[in-house]
Amino acid sequence: MNAPRAALAILGKELRAEFRSFELLTSTLVFVLIVVFVFSFAFDPSAAESRRFGPGLLWIALLFAGSLMLQPCFSRERVNDTLGGLRLAPIAPVAILAGKILANFLFLTLVEAALLPIFGVLYNIPLVPVAGQLALIMLMGTVGVATIGTVFSAIASHARMRELLLPLLLLPALAPVLLASTELTAGILADPPELRTAWLVIVGAFDIMFLTATWLFGEYLLEE
Amino acid sequence: MTGKYEGGAFMQAVRSFALSAIVFSAAYAALAIAPTELKQGDIQRIFYFHVPSGMNALLAFTVACGASIYFLIKRNVKADWLAASCMEVGVAFGSVVLITGPIWGKPVWGVYWKWDARLTSTFVLLVLGLCYLLLRGLIEDPERRSVVSAVFCIFAFLDAPLVYFSNRIFRTLHPKPVILGDSDSGLAPPIARVFLYCFIVLAILMIALIWERYRLEELRHEVAELRAESDSA
Repeated sequence: MNAPRAALAILGKELRAEFRSFELLTSTLVFVLIVVFVFSFAFDPSAAESRRFGPGLLWIALLFAGSLMLQPCFSRERVNDTLGGLRLAPIAPVAILAGKILANFLFLTLVEAALLPIFGVLYNIPLVPVAGQLALIMLMGTVGVATIGTVFSAIASHARMRELLLPLLLLPALAPVLLASTELTAGILADPPELRTAWLVIVGAFDIMFLTATWLFGEYLLEE
Repeated sequence: MTGKYEGGAFMQAVRSFALSAIVFSAAYAALAIAPTELKQGDIQRIFYFHVPSGMNALLAFTVACGASIYFLIKRNVKADWLAASCMEVGVAFGSVVLITGPIWGKPVWGVYWKWDARLTSTFVLLVLGLCYLLLRGLIEDPERRSVVSAVFCIFAFLDAPLVYFSNRIFRTLHPKPVILGDSDSGLAPPIARVFLYCFIVLAILMIALIWERYRLEELRHEVAELRAESDSA
């Protein structure tokens, strides 16, 4: 089986496992909603403040969600001792990672798609006029989060205290993506809206760098 | 014990004394020999330790990343020891950067800390270095620890180009690059001489610390092997 087809097979397995119970998606969605509520309790922002702090809040919520959601990705395999089975399959090891990255990317995108309308209503930010640009920014940022998140989930699964370790490793590593995505989102929500291309280049460069690094070095993480 | 470190106490003392001597001489050069900078006054002298520490920390991280890649390809455990040593010493030098920076920032910028692109990326890099050390501590199996931390090191190091480019791409409070910067940048000769001296001294200090740390790793490995041997016997 060639690598892309193997990756799609792994993606199918992840989706089947998730869509049987929906436990990851529902708990993550509830979690981001709680973060959004908690922020509004803590800061009680006015409309102008919402525009200013909204983008940062949105990305912090998504990052927290990511560090929570990506946790079971490899620890589940370890608990059930199924990673060995995957490794025995006659496929390229990187396909396992690629399939999991794709699945996590899809899960995060679903959470974002559900969160954004609610976020727009609660913080009174009109998102529809900039929907296209926002989608581009969300997708590019999410590629970065899913890629590093999946790899770090594999890293953390080898260690003690892995539940605590993943956010610890993930959040600083994602800082550049968070910074650039927040700036980009703030840019298109500003008046007049602008797409800050320099930051777009940063997010794009990060996505490409980390995807390449995963392709080159990721398979070492799957050794037993 | 293989005996290669026995009887080294005297040499150790000599090395420590020589290192202290050159570090003090660098401090003397920075405080007394270098001319006072016109605009910033004496506070600028902190740069003789701030900038070389930063350069050396970055150098240590680079070597750590190179050693990690080498380890993954060749599986030579010595490369892993080197990476761990470089990372630990790099974190120490990085801390010097982030401590001396605010001391300079308060009188010149008026604030200790500013979340500007370069400060932020340096901070992020240092935190990633700490995470690397933390990660190493949390993995029991030595072989797995080497592999996993090598991959993490490479990923963490990918943040480093941002540290450098962010300084040039974005508007920032941080001084524009003076060394290897635009054509109008550069240092006056007496400042450059002291600066170069401080850089070399700190580089020597760093290499010495990395060497000591590497030796410690080697000894730990030896102890683990001996323990395993006595357990099986």
